[in-house]
Amino acid sequence: MIHRIEVKSKHLDTRAEVRKKQLEQTDFGKKIQQIEIVDVYTLEGNFSEKELQQIANSLHNPVSEIAFINQPAQVNQFDYAIEIGYLPGVTDNIGNTVQEEIEDLLKRKFKTEEHAYSSQITFIQGKLTEQEAIQIGNGLANPLIQRIHIKNFEQFQKQKGMNKIVPKVKLSQETKVDLVKILEMTDLELEELGKKGIQNKDSSRRGPLALSLDYLKTIQAYFKELNRNPTDIELESLAQTWSEHCKHTIFAGPIDELDKGLYKTYIKGATEKIRKEKGAQDFCISVFTDNSGAIDFDENYAITHKVETHNSPSALDPFGGAITGIVGVNRDCIGFGLGAKPVMNQYGFCFGDPKDAQPLYKGANFTQKMLSPKQIMLGVIQGVNAGGNQSGIPTPQGFMYFDSRYKGKPLVFVGTVGLIPKTNKYKKLHEKKANSGEYVVVIGGRVGKDGIHGATFSSEAMDAGSPVTAVQIGDPITQKKLSDAIVKEARDLELYSSITDNGAGGLSCSIAEMAKESNGCFVELNKVPLKYPGLQPWEIWISESQERMTLSIPKEKWEKFEELMNQRGVEATIIGEFMNTGKCEVMFNGKKIMELDLEFLHNGLPKKQLKTTYTKPNFPEPLIQEKENLNSDLLKMIQRLNIASYEFISKQYDHEVQGGSVQKPLQGKGRVNSNATVSKPLLDSDKGVVLSQALYPGYSEIDSYAMAACAIDTAIRNVICAGANLKKMALLDNFCWCSPTESERLGQLKQAVKACYDYATVYGAPFISGKDSMFNDFKGFNEIGESVKISIPPTLLVTSIGVIENCEKTISLDFKTENDLIYIIGETFEELGGSEYYRMIEQGLGNSVPKVNGEKNKQIYEKIEQSIEKELITSAQSIGLGGFGIAVTKMSIAGQLGCEISLHELPGTVFRNEYALFSESQGRIIATINPENKKEFEQTLKGIAFKEIGKVTGNNVKINGLNGKEIANIPVDELTQAYKKTSRDY
Amino acid sequence: MSKTLVLSGYGLNCEQETKQGFELAGGKADIVHINDLINGTIKLADYQILAVPGGFSYGDDTGSGNAMANKLRNHLWTDLVEFVEEKKLAIGICNGFQILVNLGILPGLNNKAGERQVALLHNNTARYTVRWIDLEFQKIKSPWTQNIETISVPIAHGEGRFFAEPEILKSLKAKNLIACKYVQGEICTMQNLESNPNGSMEDIAGITNEQGNVFGLMPHPDRALYFTQLPHWNLLKAQFKLAEKPLPKYGPGLKVFQNAVNYFK
Repeated sequence: MIHRIEVKSKHLDTRAEVRKKQLEQTDFGKKIQQIEIVDVYTLEGNFSEKELQQIANSLHNPVSEIAFINQPAQVNQFDYAIEIGYLPGVTDNIGNTVQEEIEDLLKRKFKTEEHAYSSQITFIQGKLTEQEAIQIGNGLANPLIQRIHIKNFEQFQKQKGMNKIVPKVKLSQETKVDLVKILEMTDLELEELGKKGIQNKDSSRRGPLALSLDYLKTIQAYFKELNRNPTDIELESLAQTWSEHCKHTIFAGPIDELDKGLYKTYIKGATEKIRKEKGAQDFCISVFTDNSGAIDFDENYAITHKVETHNSPSALDPFGGAITGIVGVNRDCIGFGLGAKPVMNQYGFCFGDPKDAQPLYKGANFTQKMLSPKQIMLGVIQGVNAGGNQSGIPTPQGFMYFDSRYKGKPLVFVGTVGLIPKTNKYKKLHEKKANSGEYVVVIGGRVGKDGIHGATFSSEAMDAGSPVTAVQIGDPITQKKLSDAIVKEARDLELYSSITDNGAGGLSCSIAEMAKESNGCFVELNKVPLKYPGLQPWEIWISESQERMTLSIPKEKWEKFEELMNQRGVEATIIGEFMNTGKCEVMFNGKKIMELDLEFLHNGLPKKQLKTTYTKPNFPEPLIQEKENLNSDLLKMIQRLNIASYEFISKQYDHEVQGGSVQKPLQGKGRVNSNATVSKPLLDSDKGVVLSQALYPGYSEIDSYAMAACAIDTAIRNVICAGANLKKMALLDNFCWCSPTESERLGQLKQAVKACYDYATVYGAPFISGKDSMFNDFKGFNEIGESVKISIPPTLLVTSIGVIENCEKTISLDFKTENDLIYIIGETFEELGGSEYYRMIEQGLGNSVPKVNGEKNKQIYEKIEQSIEKELITSAQSIGLGGFGIAVTKMSIAGQLGCEISLHELPGTVFRNEYALFSESQGRIIATINPENKKEFEQTLKGIAFKEIGKVTGNNVKINGLNGKEIANIPVDELTQAYKKTSRDY
Repeated sequence: MSKTLVLSGYGLNCEQETKQGFELAGGKADIVHINDLINGTIKLADYQILAVPGGFSYGDDTGSGNAMANKLRNHLWTDLVEFVEEKKLAIGICNGFQILVNLGILPGLNNKAGERQVALLHNNTARYTVRWIDLEFQKIKSPWTQNIETISVPIAHGEGRFFAEPEILKSLKAKNLIACKYVQGEICTMQNLESNPNGSMEDIAGITNEQGNVFGLMPHPDRALYFTQLPHWNLLKAQFKLAEKPLPKYGPGLKVFQNAVNYFK
């Protein structure tokens, strides 16, 4: 039996009001008179009348809601009813909670054929056409993961409400293992296999293995030696382990003259050199070897950090991609060592212009329309909101960056900082080892078809009950239970020897990775808990279903571990054993279906020699008419997408949970988004963690070396201005590149990675973790059906993390007191190539990107550290995108105080006022001090370039130019409004 | 010394800072997983104070606090009622408040504990909102609210809009159970923010039961324990330095926890 419980509000439902406001922005929005929202719970199973009544009572609040059992909710007059629910197999968190609530209420478990599902009806009153109603439905739902069902009033009346729909997964095929006859294949057939995947009996293909011909020939040779063909699961497993995603061949492989490759030479190389130079002051604890990197926090604790990207999934399903990203990187924290506790999240989003409404299509003839930049932006923001907030992890630090080249592929960066005791009474907690003879145990969520190599699927097949495989939705609460049980209990009871995350490649990667520790594993796939029956063994092995971790558990500890997990509502299952056989063996239905040498699995892939070329381009500098008054330029600049407020994000990402917030994402009376934030991971300690990041994709096409140098310099400068110091500061690198098969793109990459080495070593800030994502190109069709390729600009995100002794000495950016003196530290040059100012005036990119003088800047940063330590500085801001003019304006807006500035004799070499205001020269800081401290401050800064350039005043930002004449004079109120205007409607 | 039980599990997530509040106030506090209460490993009766902290129990599915309230009702109802009737102290903060409201323990007018009488609905923006607010405590007889006037603390919720039918609201007023209200105070004035952050009826932020021993509120005193948590502490620091005054160490939220701990002294 299928039952439907519909719940509606008795009073004002603000969700409906907000939805109405959003829909009013569409072309036909004026026609919409009223919206009502009804929540629907569909139950499949046998429940008595009395039970249904009890269930309905437990699912609604009688003060504000009415429930209707097996009859449509009585709503006001409407013209269309649009119901949105999930497609079969898509994670339905609400449905799962409803099942748990009913089981607890009725004190019985659901049978396998019993299910609970959630959906929602939007009732619309307004004389819309059917086409318009469909358009609304498409805007509210994502057809990749959701079903939309629309009825007009007559249909609704005639059919007595909406249909009872049960999105149940039905997999009727038998489970079996196929041999792939690779031994006989020609090169052409091998290439086909790599590109399209293993062929089914009906000649359809299972989706790309993404193995190139030379890889497949190596595999062919391996099996020739064994004198047998591989099974499908063996081939899928190799494809996962050898993927660019897992092996990072571009960063690892030999490139030009660098036999050790980019990563070992420049990234790891920098860290090794820095650690050696620091000697006894080395604060690295675990770098590059684990799921996160770790540095020293205090005597007893270490701090971990990791930043991931989740770009492709977010382009398809922004909400699902982003929530899976943030909850996934949390597991890189939980999976560090024997388990770190997530204490801060970090985010960064690169999007196309949200106002860009020109459509893109993946398919020819206007098929497979891409989501618009605005839809992607709002979905991604909402995804990190749900993932971060529900997990109870503060998300203080982040940014948004816009460029039209992210239209085809957004970048979604997500990071997690963790806290882990250095030792427990038994051992060091950052070390782990799965031992031969221990159980392979999986905990957390169950396995479904989610995320199996983004396989394509037809919508017809989806209606027929086959699950959606490409997209996953995170379930933060399942993971929260797992996380609490591991890092707050099991870890300190010493119940397991090793742990890792199930991310890319699912079990195939996590188990094979841990098997390196013991030198072998034996897995029985029948034991893996499934969401629904009928999965093929290779699917179980590589599925990326979320919220799962793999552990190695000594046999004598299993009973206690299992009991604890039961008590905490976490499913734990033994699925095999770690061995010392040198092999990865997998069983299914009593038969061995996989037997691969670990050595071949991990190290069998052939090395590729990469070659690069690099031509430094020369873009002419734009010729700009000199202006006497820059008021309008300043006002336009402060509204630019990359400069304006994104308060609406900071206001919806909980940055206060866990109680450690010190320097917030919104600072001062004017609530300005800050470059850096400070948090206390331990409530009893004064010590803090300073976080920031930087990126300059606008410079990449001009000079990727300078781009990387600026990103590092700015990321470091940002945390310095908040109170961090170079003695205990680490970096993370996230490279998102495009077209890596083109030697010029590789040439840009090599330049950028070399800059990482050069500048990290100058500043003594080691890289502790990183990640790369190489294929960020969109190939498809534009609004008139022409074939287009849109590549992202080469993007390097540098994340900075500093550990500080005393949070009470940290600095916010807002002007504090009238008559405080304003200083600029560092030199200004005419460096506007690729700058926000040049991009605003749209007369060409220019070539004059900022050059970074690391040695000089290092001195500046050390002097600022000393001044902050002596508590001389009352506010500070790093100068970044938009230059001095923007940085000083933000300090004014934040403090809701004006300033009087003179650019006369500005340190550096600059001859024009526009350039003085908007040059993005690196190494510059604005600081204010109490006039009483003038002498001591200037004494401290001795030896570096600095100048007192003005003071904090009443109501206006007033700037006199290089020649002393006024060039800008704007009331702070007006600037505040301009700064907030851009994102006001989000 | 008073012993506080801070509930945890199923997505509650503010247990650590809530515990910190009671301990800074000089009490003792244990974080206890709800399943350890259900299976009897730990007894609620052994404690003097119950704190249901903030969080996202069951991901807010089927209404914030509803699913967790169902679980408590199904398994621990008698223990909870006894605890409250013995005049011990209980507090629900944010999600904890939503849970106590869905359980019908708050406000529990006319001895009808178990009947839901008020609701916390979606914010007027229909969006999760994090910010600081100013909270004016009313003159009522609850031990939780004594000697507190106006304090600034943060909120962080998606469903915090207080709602009650007119006759319930009348009773709450008549019996003096409205514990705290959102007002235009220091923070809202300074940051130019609306005083009522979610559209709550009559600016109601927190209420007590008739006995005054159970207190629930949407704002988070547990997130305002230290001076450096204040959004304007750097500005205050500059002012204190000019006036040559020492910096305070603690924040305004601590008073709530001190009231509870001192009640048992």
